[in-house]
Amino acid sequence: MPSFVIQEKCDGCKGGDKTACMYICPNDLMVLDVERMKAYNSEPDMCWECYNCVKICPTQAIEVRGYADFCPLGASVVPMRGTEDIMWTVKFRGGTVKRFKFPIRTTAEGSAKPDGGYGVGPGTLNDQLLFTEPASLKANKLWTLGD
Amino acid sequence: MIEFKTKEVTTDVLIIGAGMAGTGACVEGAHWAKANNLKIMVVDKAAMERSGAVGMGLSAINQYQGENTPVDYLSYVRQDLMGLCRDDLVMDISRHVNGTVHMFEGFGLPIWKDADGNYVHEGRWQLMINGESYKAIVAEAAKNAIGMDNVIERVFVLRLLLDKNDKKKVAGAIGFSVRDPEIYVFKFKSCIVCAGGAVHVFRPRSTGEGLGRAWYPPWNSGSSSYLTTTAGAEMTSQEVVFIPARFKDAYGPVGAWFLLFKATATSSTGFDYMAEAMKEGGELHNWPPYGKVKPIPTCLRNHLMMIEMFQKGDGPILMHTDKAIATIAGKMPDEKAKKKELKKLEAEAWEDFLDMTISQAILWASKDVFPEEGPSEIMPSEPYFIGSHSGASGAWVSGPEDLQTAESKKEYFWGYNRMTTVKGLFAAGDGVGVSSHKFSSGSFTEGRIAAKAAVKYAVENPKMPEFDAAEVAKFKEKILLPMKHYEAHKDYTTLGTATKKYTLPVEEVNPNYITPKMAIFRLNKIMDEYAGGVGSQYTCSATTLNIALKLIKLLKEDLSKLAARNLHELMRCWENIHRTQIAEAHVRHKLFREETRWPGYYYRSDCKKMDESKWGKVFVNSVYDAEKDEFTMLTRPIIHLVDIKEVVGQ
Ligand SMILES: Cc1cc2nc3c(=O)[nH]c(=O)nc-3n(C[C@H](O)[C@H](O)[C@H](O)COP(=O)(O)OP(=O)(O)OC[C@H]3O[C@@H](n4cnc5c(N)ncnc54)[C@H](O)[C@@H]3O)c2cc1C
Ligand code: SF4
Ligand code: SF4
Repeated sequence: MPSFVIQEKCDGCKGGDKTACMYICPNDLMVLDVERMKAYNSEPDMCWECYNCVKICPTQAIEVRGYADFCPLGASVVPMRGTEDIMWTVKFRGGTVKRFKFPIRTTAEGSAKPDGGYGVGPGTLNDQLLFTEPASLKANKLWTLGD
Repeated sequence: MIEFKTKEVTTDVLIIGAGMAGTGACVEGAHWAKANNLKIMVVDKAAMERSGAVGMGLSAINQYQGENTPVDYLSYVRQDLMGLCRDDLVMDISRHVNGTVHMFEGFGLPIWKDADGNYVHEGRWQLMINGESYKAIVAEAAKNAIGMDNVIERVFVLRLLLDKNDKKKVAGAIGFSVRDPEIYVFKFKSCIVCAGGAVHVFRPRSTGEGLGRAWYPPWNSGSSSYLTTTAGAEMTSQEVVFIPARFKDAYGPVGAWFLLFKATATSSTGFDYMAEAMKEGGELHNWPPYGKVKPIPTCLRNHLMMIEMFQKGDGPILMHTDKAIATIAGKMPDEKAKKKELKKLEAEAWEDFLDMTISQAILWASKDVFPEEGPSEIMPSEPYFIGSHSGASGAWVSGPEDLQTAESKKEYFWGYNRMTTVKGLFAAGDGVGVSSHKFSSGSFTEGRIAAKAAVKYAVENPKMPEFDAAEVAKFKEKILLPMKHYEAHKDYTTLGTATKKYTLPVEEVNPNYITPKMAIFRLNKIMDEYAGGVGSQYTCSATTLNIALKLIKLLKEDLSKLAARNLHELMRCWENIHRTQIAEAHVRHKLFREETRWPGYYYRSDCKKMDESKWGKVFVNSVYDAEKDEFTMLTRPIIHLVDIKEVVGQ
């Protein structure tokens, strides 16, 4: 079963009105059993192994076990996502372990400016310029037929 | 059964789907709406932070022009699709896309740079990125632009509503929340449909736990196509699927291996089938003029692979990762440099998987695959609908006014850029046909283009259209039908008693209804066996396509007997209704185009050749009449705006 929940680690996101895993799953698979306050993957065969639930879970209660129809047991791929980078630990079936660290963004979370720093250009509703152009193009003008 | 409340939402412009195109529409639309005192909102069935095809992340931006001109890019795209493309749409995206990529960098997306501070290209048009958070970053910019009050998440949009006085004009949309028992009725002047492409229309190669591991994400169910088609918009090229060839089973990306590391692929006995096909008299010369161009069109690359695997029996196809690594390492001056280079290469190769197809990393780890030690299998996947990639299906839309000739203007321009043939109804990304190869950056760009035009439309058409209340009541009834079926018939079951049933995700047998999972399996079987899926080695004929149509008709009748136990399953029911519509359109288009134009995507066994004189000059389009449940097929001329160049490099 692609993503699965380790019961003792899950605290149901402390009873908030929406859990992190339910909030994020693009395919609406994660469900909270409110009686026990534990989450579960309700439809494992529709899981894309996108890891969004794994990355967001505050208690590291979610992991992924490769699709059993073609992945032999025993390997694991575990991320730790911070605010600037992500660390991956890849454990092979035969015991090899590899670690990788990659940057994820260059700005502070929440700070993305819609104009990307290019400001508002001279365009109007009646021309072809998008609102940040031509500055965002790093060109003097927008290309058209005959140029 | 639970009581459903109705929520009414009124806005000037509505964006449906907040993937790459939808977030682009938010960023651009918010600016023009604010400048004109209009309200703009966005709705998605998931959380936009990670929704859509880019939800897992990506390792490359596939469209960046750099110093290339729109004519250069058009030359590549037109040939890749075997001549099928709208020059105006492709060049329009191309001329704006650099700006979008520069903005992504401004938002905080890390793009690889070389020692001189220039972007690192994977190929001529592609940039390498650290893209784990790609979607989260663009969604953040979109939310900051449009404002959280104007974002509605976890609402599945299932149908558009037309103006009661003008059936060629859109007036609203209807959907339901997958969290609370609420039906949403949206009222607007214009909307932009950007709800992605479609997967699980054809049977995927893995059908157990790995059913969800298609190359294309299991959550995009053909809603763009369904929404525009059922509103009466003219659709184009629904016959063109996309079949990516990727690492076997987990569908890990091959782009970095081919383009960045220069790996080669051969048949299992080491036969270099591509080089052989390129030689005088080789297979590629059977598909002029497209077989002779470089890069080889995507479908033809698949075609060559399929000949080796299915005709010659010399499969599987192997990607020689080991040789590619050895060649790169061999260029290093000494042992120390070699070790360093190998380490860098290893990180780059694994990042390519971990940023966008983590399953491939699990698969290699679980099979103890080390790319430096030996080759890995690559394999063509099942067919998908993704108009933004090397596919072409989608809505037929107006192009920009300035990129037209006098002749093309009559056919390709009707007032507002990216408006469909229904007034006020715009589309972008996978929702727009015959403007292939826009990818993530181009889809965002097209969302921006469409949003500016949709705001312009709302400014120039200030009267709020009205829809028929009876129509809305009818849809409300229809939405909830699957839940009613379940309640009415749940006593017949294989899962225990009606009050205490197993909650395990196992299937239930009932003579009065079918579950959404069985509906998808039925559709998959029909398409796989009769419409050219993997099971029939991508081959179909008029005979098999007509059988498919008969079976789809029966399936459509049974779809009115779907059952849902909860809101999640209700969404699954509606997703399958959406999938079935694009399936039928696809079969009808395939039947209409009597030739094989995209070998490697599909084969018509009764029309094995490409017929350039007849079908090379037209698009196949269709219009659906929802009231009569009837398709009308038609053709539109392919008009070239410029002469293309010889392209080298992909
Ligand atoms: C596996 C894979 C790898 C790729 N690799 C690359 C790459 O390396 N580089 C690159 O540039 N591009 C790549 N692409 C292409 C890129 O992802 C797409 O071109 C792009 O995402 C298309 O944007 P879109 O907005 O049309 O669709 P999406 O981004 O998929 O967005 C669709 C949105 O609609 C929502 N939605 C769907 N149905 C409904 C409904 N009924 N109601 C409400 N909301 C709905 C979804 O939740 C989603 O948010 C790749 C695509 C795939 C699948
Ligand atoms: S996010 Fe983690 S802790 Fe919260 S409900 Fe889900 S599994 Fe449990
Ligand atoms: S891995 Fe992705 S698709 Fe699977 S449950 Fe987690 S968030 Fe959903």
